[in-house]
Amino acid sequence: MNAAAALTKKDFETDQDVRWCPGCGDYAVLAQVQKLMPTLGIPRENFAFISGIGCSSRFPYYMETYGMHSIHGRAPAIASGLKLARPELSVWVVTGDGDALAIGGNHFIHAMRRNIGLKILLLNNRIYGLTKGQYSPTSLLGMKTKSTPQGSIDRPFSPVAVALGAGATFVARTVDSDLAHMAGVLKRAAEHQGTAFVEIYQNCIVFNDGAYDAITDKSMRDDTRLMLEHGKPLLYGKERNKGIRLRGMEPEAVTLGENGVTESDLLVHDEAAEHGGLAFLLSQFDVPTLPVPLGVFREVGAPSYEEMNNGLQADARERRGQGDLASLFNSGDTWTIV
Amino acid sequence: MSGAAAAVDVGLERRTAPRPVEELDSVVIRFVGDSGDGMQLTGNEFSRAIAKAGHDFATHPDYPSEIRAPTGTLFGVSGYQIQFASRQVFTSGDAPDVLVAMNPAALKTNLSDVKNGGTIIANSGAFTDNSLAKAGYAANPLKDGSLGNYRVYEIDISGLTALALKDSGLSKKDVGRCKNYYALGLMLSLYSRPLDKEEGDVRKKFAKKPQLAEANVLALRAGYAYVEATEMFITSYRVRAADIRAGTYRSLTGNHATALGFVAASELSGVPLFLGSYPITPATDILHELAALKHFNVTTFQAEDEIAGICSAIGASYGGVLGMTTTSGPGMALKTEALGLAVMLELPLVIVNVQRGGPSTGLPTKIEQSDLLQAIYGRNGECPLPVIAANSPSDCFDCAMEAFRIAVKYMTPVILLTDGGIGNAAEPWRIPDPASLPKLEVKFRTDPEGYQAYARDANLARSWVRPGTPGLEHRVGGLEKDFLTGNISQDPLNHQRMVDVRAAKVAGIARDIPPTRVEGPAQGDLLIVGWGSTYGSIVQAREQAVAEGHAVAHVHLRHLNPFPSDLGDILKRYKTVLVPEMNLGQLSRLLRERYLIDVVQLNKVQGKPFKVSEIYDRIIELCNGVPKGVSKGVSK
Repeated sequence: MNAAAALTKKDFETDQDVRWCPGCGDYAVLAQVQKLMPTLGIPRENFAFISGIGCSSRFPYYMETYGMHSIHGRAPAIASGLKLARPELSVWVVTGDGDALAIGGNHFIHAMRRNIGLKILLLNNRIYGLTKGQYSPTSLLGMKTKSTPQGSIDRPFSPVAVALGAGATFVARTVDSDLAHMAGVLKRAAEHQGTAFVEIYQNCIVFNDGAYDAITDKSMRDDTRLMLEHGKPLLYGKERNKGIRLRGMEPEAVTLGENGVTESDLLVHDEAAEHGGLAFLLSQFDVPTLPVPLGVFREVGAPSYEEMNNGLQADARERRGQGDLASLFNSGDTWTIV
Repeated sequence: MSGAAAAVDVGLERRTAPRPVEELDSVVIRFVGDSGDGMQLTGNEFSRAIAKAGHDFATHPDYPSEIRAPTGTLFGVSGYQIQFASRQVFTSGDAPDVLVAMNPAALKTNLSDVKNGGTIIANSGAFTDNSLAKAGYAANPLKDGSLGNYRVYEIDISGLTALALKDSGLSKKDVGRCKNYYALGLMLSLYSRPLDKEEGDVRKKFAKKPQLAEANVLALRAGYAYVEATEMFITSYRVRAADIRAGTYRSLTGNHATALGFVAASELSGVPLFLGSYPITPATDILHELAALKHFNVTTFQAEDEIAGICSAIGASYGGVLGMTTTSGPGMALKTEALGLAVMLELPLVIVNVQRGGPSTGLPTKIEQSDLLQAIYGRNGECPLPVIAANSPSDCFDCAMEAFRIAVKYMTPVILLTDGGIGNAAEPWRIPDPASLPKLEVKFRTDPEGYQAYARDANLARSWVRPGTPGLEHRVGGLEKDFLTGNISQDPLNHQRMVDVRAAKVAGIARDIPPTRVEGPAQGDLLIVGWGSTYGSIVQAREQAVAEGHAVAHVHLRHLNPFPSDLGDILKRYKTVLVPEMNLGQLSRLLRERYLIDVVQLNKVQGKPFKVSEIYDRIIELCNGVPKGVSKGVSK
């Protein structure tokens, strides 16, 4: 019986008091991740959680694994070094919208460009929480915060679109309040080879409460969110009678049965499309005109960075043999003085 | 000229009478030309030929930061200076005895450095109206008598190279690029070096371009034959072989030596090496060298920026490998926050700063030592870490190993300072037997019993644990942590205790530094204290002063934080302490602050190393009783 199989969620809880605000969406993410870990068949000591700075970056302190709470924005860079040095480890990055997209934007895009085997969880609450309420790169235009008393004039970007633009091979989105959906997405992220990016819509109860009400409120969420399923038409709505159709390059929301629209007119989701065009199109969807997609936008296979790096080393050893200090020192032009 | 060309055409037609050979003790030669003229290559090749003849040598490449500035311009001049001698050589020499100038701009920018009465070999073919105008010459200096103080040899290197290669089938442009080999041939012949070995080297170097290889060999031969065939040079020169310690040698630059030292640290410890780095002049060659050594346990990672360079190395160190990063001043500034993290995490890490002229982008290709205070103090909070500095190209090898020795023994980031001078300069390196190198012991903790992440050993170092070790899962981070468990702690007394213990750990490394070596009298009137690449100039200046009967001592510091524990006593044994530095007095400031003594500063920030004479002159002034309170910079 291997030790990993016997693990439970409890084995991944630390003795530290969790210090997020009561009602914070981070609790739900932590619980789902702790539940997921024992199901992956990986020994506990082979997990490492790396974070930057921000509310969500306290995450590693609450995971009974190896972990580092590092500096603002740098978690993907630190995690990349760890993964390259120790490819056999399961390395997770927990970050936020400020950490990953503002101060750490560069490391974030380059990790995905390289397709290094990190699982990046971005808890997006569209606000700076730890510094008490300034707007972030995902805050909506016009949003009033302590640093934008007249409303934000910064245009937000979509983390999913950024990830796709950086060439990420696994891009997904879920939401803190839908535990079953989050569990499914996290599981798939864990199993992906290469960089897996998951945006998690997360409610900040203190500084941006209700940011995702439009897609989490039970009374309307079926009409405002689009659950992505590979190979299935883009259908949504309480009655499952709404869908997405393309007119030229423009997506439009349509109702089945109206104006002769049938299911065969709808766009069919394809996670594995070679190019990311469909995924990017979906990343632009937002309420109120279009439903917000949740699920896996894209998953394609590509060699991971660490595999290719191992390949370089193996190739070098095959060509030159395992390095030997004496011959290294004596290579090139030498001369002897007697 | 036509006679010379004919001689080339028929091959090596010998003069009937042998040319007299003059014996010299030492020679300083400077090759200068456009940055695209291949002067660095010529200089390097010449150094290698000289080394094989059993000479000691030191070099100083001096090139512009533009990759290829517009041809013929003053700012596009690239130079390579070498001193070789029949004794030990410590610097590339103050003033060239011979200047090989490939164009008017090169002559103009370098003439004032040439020794009075020195030799100028000018590529007269490049002294056209156009290039004279570009260099700002109203009249041709080769013709107007302005070089009367020098022995001038006008040789149409461009034209003679073209003539030698007229049947090569190469384009005019490619032919032009062979003229540096013509110049090399000239100099090898003039300094009595054989040609055959060099020809083999050219063919090896251009193995992938055989046509170019043959053209370069022809140019080389033609240059060589020119000296033999013409009456132009009355004598050839020979420098006796130096009395060098027996052994096998190779020529090595400081950056190359640094890379080898790190590979050695990895091999001797059995722990893989990880370099996270971002390209920056003049440090990038370390990345190049290590990237080519992947058949060792070496991973190189060209990161997206300087910050990711160090952060990836921290991640690797956390993973249980030897993490390191390489950079230069501006990149060092970017790494500052991560350095603080490394101090908090108490993980082994080596940061190499190949210093250059600052501040900001400063002088990317020029030499300076102005990042010492940055290395020691440049972080937020009380953030001590060890700093060491290499004093010569080959010393970089030892310092790279020493940096990791300290890093793993004390679980701390270590900064290794070198500079663009020693990083790019070459000198002979006596190849060590790997078995003779000091062992580097690394212990990873695997026992979960009683494990506390921040429990310390007698050296105040915490234990190093590789992720993947069962039962030792723990978290680290940049927040202040509990003295024992490493969990977050904001307790006031705990913070005091942690700040104190981090300081005590680094201070305690002083116990682990060997006794300071003092050259010269153990006490007396004058002690010179230096660090880094000023070593060669100080040694030679002191030797000159001693030869004239002055009692002068010299201490050269490798460990700059902490200082060796005996340094305070040593300083107090001399009436005057002179500190030459290529900054405005950074070590001086540290010595005053630490030991409450005054020191005499000698500072130079011109992007050039100290001349021996600059230090020598100050020594003599101090020996002759010029008031020591007067701090006199180098003004020229």
